[in-house]
Amino acid sequence: MSDITPDVVLDTKGLNCPLPILKAKKALKGMENGQNLELASTDPGAVKDFEAFCRATGNKLVSHWMDGEVFMFMIERVV
Amino acid sequence: MADVDIGNAKKMTIICTKGTLDWAYPPFILATTAAAMDVDVTMFFTFYGLGLLDKKLNLGVTTLGNASMRMPMGGMQMAMPNMIGMLPGVTAGTSVMMKNLIKKKGVASIEDLREAAVLSDVRMIGCQMTIDLFEKKTENMIDGIEIGGAATWMESALQSDINLYM
Repeated sequence: MSDITPDVVLDTKGLNCPLPILKAKKALKGMENGQNLELASTDPGAVKDFEAFCRATGNKLVSHWMDGEVFMFMIERVV
Repeated sequence: MADVDIGNAKKMTIICTKGTLDWAYPPFILATTAAAMDVDVTMFFTFYGLGLLDKKLNLGVTTLGNASMRMPMGGMQMAMPNMIGMLPGVTAGTSVMMKNLIKKKGVASIEDLREAAVLSDVRMIGCQMTIDLFEKKTENMIDGIEIGGAATWMESALQSDINLYM
């Protein structure tokens, strides 16, 4: 769990690569700097991909955790 | 993102030469992902890849001559003998099976990925020579593409950090 209250919540459960990344990017685009996106994914490659996505784009991966079988991410829009 | 100076963005080009259902995936997945990671992407569609720009797509995949192709079936990985793959209707059937699998596994359709590429400003260039060669009509292709030749791709490629041929 994250103790941050997300500004935007995105459910990408059931979607496979690269759709979670594309949907995250679209959501982040519509947000302000400093706002937080909470994203849920069932893609087994999601952790590695979101770490790389955040490193490359400069957005901050605040935390990631498991909610049962679901990969959860909290991403802060930085740029 | 809107506040990123595109002049400083990393650049990538992809030459797309194949138009089958399986081969359409790598270029569109990489192009859309790169665009989502703020990379300025150019795709150049030539020979059989040019068909990927058609408004109406009806992509297929064949097992013929593809010794590595295995499809999951009843918990096993099944290959199809060439003798069966050559029969009329088998390519169509295999293509339907692959599309069902794609849907079931939550993989995007090529139409969706292409739409995402258009929306994220991926530059798409159709090869003029291929249009002439195969007597293709540009009015049957999606909006927002450019028509160009090898030099058009070269100009992009020379400024790019990554150039891929698929």
